[in-house]
Amino acid sequence: MKLQEYTSSSHNFEECMKCTVCTAYCPVLQVNPLYPGPKQAGPDGERLRLKDPFFFNYALKYCLNCKRCEVACPSGVKVADLIQAARIKYDNAPVKWRDRLLASTDFMGRLARPVAPIANAVTGLGVTKTMMDAMFKIDHRRTFPKYSPYSFEFWMGRHEKEQAAFSEQVAYFHGCYVNYNYPKLGKHLVKILNALGVGVQLLDKEKCCGIAMITNGMKTEATKHATHNVEVLSKAVDKGLMVLTTSSSCTLTLRDEYPSLLGVDNSGVRDFVMMATRYIYEKLEKGATLRFKPDYKKKVAYHTPCHMEKLGWGVFSEKLLRMIPGVEFTMLDSACCGIAGTYGFKRENYEASQAIGQPLFDQIKSVNPDVVACDCETCKWQIEMSTGYTVMNPISILAEAIEYEKEK
Amino acid sequence: MKFNTVIIGGGLAGLVAGISLQKAGRSTAIISTGQNALHFFSGSFESIEEAPQRIIDLFAEAGVRLHYAPGVRLMPMGTFKKSTLSLEDISLLPEPKIGSKALIVSFSGYHDFFCSFLAEGLEKQGMSCRIKMLDLPELEKLEQSPSEMRSVQIARTMDRIWENVVREIRMLLRDEDTVILPQVFGLRDTSIPDRIRQGIPAQVIFTGTLPPSVPGIRTQLLLKRRYELLGGTYLMGDEATGAHVHEGSVHSIVTHNLGNHFLEAENFILATGAYFSKGLRSNPFQISEPIFGLDVEQAAERSDWYNPEFMREQPYMKYGVATDATLHALKDGEPIKNLYAIGSILGETHSEMGTGGGLAIRSALAVADQILKTSEE
Repeated sequence: MKLQEYTSSSHNFEECMKCTVCTAYCPVLQVNPLYPGPKQAGPDGERLRLKDPFFFNYALKYCLNCKRCEVACPSGVKVADLIQAARIKYDNAPVKWRDRLLASTDFMGRLARPVAPIANAVTGLGVTKTMMDAMFKIDHRRTFPKYSPYSFEFWMGRHEKEQAAFSEQVAYFHGCYVNYNYPKLGKHLVKILNALGVGVQLLDKEKCCGIAMITNGMKTEATKHATHNVEVLSKAVDKGLMVLTTSSSCTLTLRDEYPSLLGVDNSGVRDFVMMATRYIYEKLEKGATLRFKPDYKKKVAYHTPCHMEKLGWGVFSEKLLRMIPGVEFTMLDSACCGIAGTYGFKRENYEASQAIGQPLFDQIKSVNPDVVACDCETCKWQIEMSTGYTVMNPISILAEAIEYEKEK
Repeated sequence: MKFNTVIIGGGLAGLVAGISLQKAGRSTAIISTGQNALHFFSGSFESIEEAPQRIIDLFAEAGVRLHYAPGVRLMPMGTFKKSTLSLEDISLLPEPKIGSKALIVSFSGYHDFFCSFLAEGLEKQGMSCRIKMLDLPELEKLEQSPSEMRSVQIARTMDRIWENVVREIRMLLRDEDTVILPQVFGLRDTSIPDRIRQGIPAQVIFTGTLPPSVPGIRTQLLLKRRYELLGGTYLMGDEATGAHVHEGSVHSIVTHNLGNHFLEAENFILATGAYFSKGLRSNPFQISEPIFGLDVEQAAERSDWYNPEFMREQPYMKYGVATDATLHALKDGEPIKNLYAIGSILGETHSEMGTGGGLAIRSALAVADQILKTSEE
């Protein structure tokens, strides 16, 4: 039936009522007039693209993939998926070297780790930033994440036996950030889980979740990573393990983007992949206890990352933080920080990126917390660079607030 | 996760119920599938006739200023509609007349406000109107993407440059006694409409645009912020997909995002709206309520659901979930003990509570009062 082919799509654009609510919540539209907006780029454009790919608009690359249009849509249209899927399907322009560089987070991490002190010093230099700007159009005003001299996987290798001693076990998908930039977050998770009587093990060689590859048009590479990860996740699930995560974007990718954007079937593992905050909350709800430091005091403002908003699990981070005696909690308004992974690093997006985040930065300054809490590493870089406030993952705050003797 | 009350639906009704309960110290969660009818809000709550002070106070605490003055308001087609309670930006007039000469002001490139329809409507009533489209350099950037020149985008710019608009209008004003502007002011800063009124030496009337509604989005933002400040849990973008009901009472709600993590509570409020927000669904055979399968009042024959004359009153708009006198929802004719229905999912089955916004607020307050009373006992 020809008719059916033209009027239905896997991301249900035909459910769109043209109510324009999504356009009110698109952060890009507020700052970049070149972007056609989620309604035009998503359901409206899809109707045309299905007739003739000629109607594909290259301005779709300005989409942040923050998913706020989808969260706002009263009709359940997968607006952001429509846009990203169209980019994957129709954008045949070769991927720029700059975008490859930015998107290959685990490759870059492997490269930089052995020479971390040098890499950190070099990327911090003004001259390097100017050069990267000139050669790759990576904006010179950005602060680059620092690399750790040892990887989280290395640290876990040295604690394998000790972790295996716990009768209850979980697996941990740590992601590139914990492995190469900030192993401390992984250690914080291990501390909390150990305090709950749970041991942590690595997956059988996880790869980068691939989110940056998806948004940078590297479909083949992203699909390879997805297929590999589903395989190693299955191995863990077959052993009866839950797989915990500490990054909201990795989690969204593993659970939702694999099937909806890459067509990689993850149905056997999806329900076993879970943010650590949810796992810990559920444990405590079932009666497990943590011992909190009696003198812990902190004013915490929580920023819900866009992808956490989409997952709908910010509530677990919030409830955990509120549970800590001595924490004075503020929920920040729902807003995008503007970085959107690799988006804000590109020179052409720098101004837009900072303008998008401005209302959030202003609110943080007016709340004036001791620390901003947030489950996303790129939000952390953006907020720290733009406000000067320290940003901590809720897991790190929880780890800091509890007492656990075996701490090492 | 356990709460005192779980509210399904994060629009006007759900937020008013949530705020009232949180204020009284009850823990609540709101499940909101996407944004709601406040995004199409006219700015007026029709047919709220009694005890508005409680409502005015509740909104004032959230930073939303309301005024009560039974009369009429100006509609975008130049007609007038009865109105009693509205946001402060909406002028409530004692009679359907606004003056003798009007200056209607809009912006070049903005197609969601129909100046000529408005003028035509007013001229039929003997007014003389002059239309002026302002060319503002600050809006040129928006015009690059003509399909996106919408109320909210303009309002974001106006939050910064409203003073320039006032200056332009002062220069344009001749002998007009009234200035009519689209509702594109005060998205973040609620004081702007008032300051515009003070800056222009004529009566200023703000009139509705095509959606999204700027005063509506502002109201939603402030009510939600108030709800969260009181400790409420707002689950944005999640959807109630099912419920566990045992022996005539609801035990927990299943949601799309939380999967096997159920939301438990003592009380449940259904505020999911009507057809647009999928609180009610229809197929060729029946109109149904998808989460609990509640009784929906409807004519048995499909041909009686609608009036073939399109512009006439349509019977299906009046259908809603059946309840007992205390708004307990009915299933198979029996009330579910701890489940209440509020807002537009009621259809017009409770016409004494008014329609639209009036129904939402009054049914929400009635149910919140009942929950507070029963848990006191």
